[in-house]
Amino acid sequence: MTSQGPTAAERFLNGIIPENPTLRQLLGMCPTLAVTNGVKPALTMAGATAFVLICANVITSLMRKAIKPHLRILVFTLTIATFVTIADRFLQAFMPEMSKVLGPYVPLIIVNCIIICRCEVCAAKQSVGIAAADAVGVSLGFTLGLGAISVIREILGSGTLLGLRVLPQAWPNWGIQVLPPGAFLTLGLILGFVNWYSGRRAARA
Amino acid sequence: MTEATPHGGFWSQSWLVVLLSLAFGAALAAVEITLAPRIRENKRNATVSQIPELVPGAVREASRERVVGGATVLAAFDASGQQVGWVVPAAGQGFADRIELLIGLDATASTITGIYVLDQKETPGLGDFITVRERFRKYFEGQPTGAPLKVVKREVTAGSGEIRALTGATISSEAVTGIVNQRVHELASALAAAAAGSES
Repeated sequence: MTSQGPTAAERFLNGIIPENPTLRQLLGMCPTLAVTNGVKPALTMAGATAFVLICANVITSLMRKAIKPHLRILVFTLTIATFVTIADRFLQAFMPEMSKVLGPYVPLIIVNCIIICRCEVCAAKQSVGIAAADAVGVSLGFTLGLGAISVIREILGSGTLLGLRVLPQAWPNWGIQVLPPGAFLTLGLILGFVNWYSGRRAARA
Repeated sequence: MTEATPHGGFWSQSWLVVLLSLAFGAALAAVEITLAPRIRENKRNATVSQIPELVPGAVREASRERVVGGATVLAAFDASGQQVGWVVPAAGQGFADRIELLIGLDATASTITGIYVLDQKETPGLGDFITVRERFRKYFEGQPTGAPLKVVKREVTAGSGEIRALTGATISSEAVTGIVNQRVHELASALAAAAAGSES
């Protein structure tokens, strides 16, 4: 069967910037707001989500001809929940401290709509190669989104980057950046910048 | 082939779902069997590292596992080898999922010296304050074990047998208090007897 729709390369590139899940589609806001007060938890979350997304996309694509349309969400959720549980147990076994920091947000990847969106939009319709490229691209886009927010929040909120001090001790840590409002403010400013920039580019073109 | 009308029997509809459930279930069981010992080991390390926090004066290295009243508990000793208390694991249903706790008790199990939440999946931003809010843990310190602790929705005084509920997380607060009450009720007298026995 010839697959229609975007090619693997298009899927891969679209996921990173043009259809960035965090900054363009505004999907997966729960981890975006919840675990971005440090770069380490943000990157761990992005890694766990990437693992689940890639596995779920590949498995869904492999079974796409067998899935009954009206049972597809059930099948997607079953697949996603399995890989989330595996990711959660691995974190508990090999990164217990990080697992405690992320707490319930790892199990909550099950309801991260980025993953179910990619299963529905891409993996259920296209071949394994394209689905895998799509998952990697979107994962990189998600990592970029979480990374951007968490770098700003950790530097301003704690004066550190990945736990290493980058601002002088005299820096008055912006407590608000460690707390939830900092996530909303930073996300809003980044979104504003992205929209302003793409608007300007569209106007020139 | 119309989408709206049901067609085919149960198996033609659901074979994939049933197959996936079995396959994923087997995969999860394999992961669980492989990783469970490591996760238990991590929890044990977390437990041991919390001993000085939970029992004042206790030394981390000088703790011993003991079986008291059918439960595995940690006896905590100070630097001179004197038993200063107990660390008792406890678990029960929270608002969202199981809450796993450590309860610190003095040697005669008559006073709670601290609690620590090992594992919880309570609502982020509300129920998870049982771990995040130091204040909530502090309510338990110095509480007598004679009578069950009560959750109240007002300011409390230390050692009064009352725990102040966290705003927006009454169920989680009551769950933690309930788990502590239950465990203390089960083990307090056995622990006191065991401590007295080991001193003689």
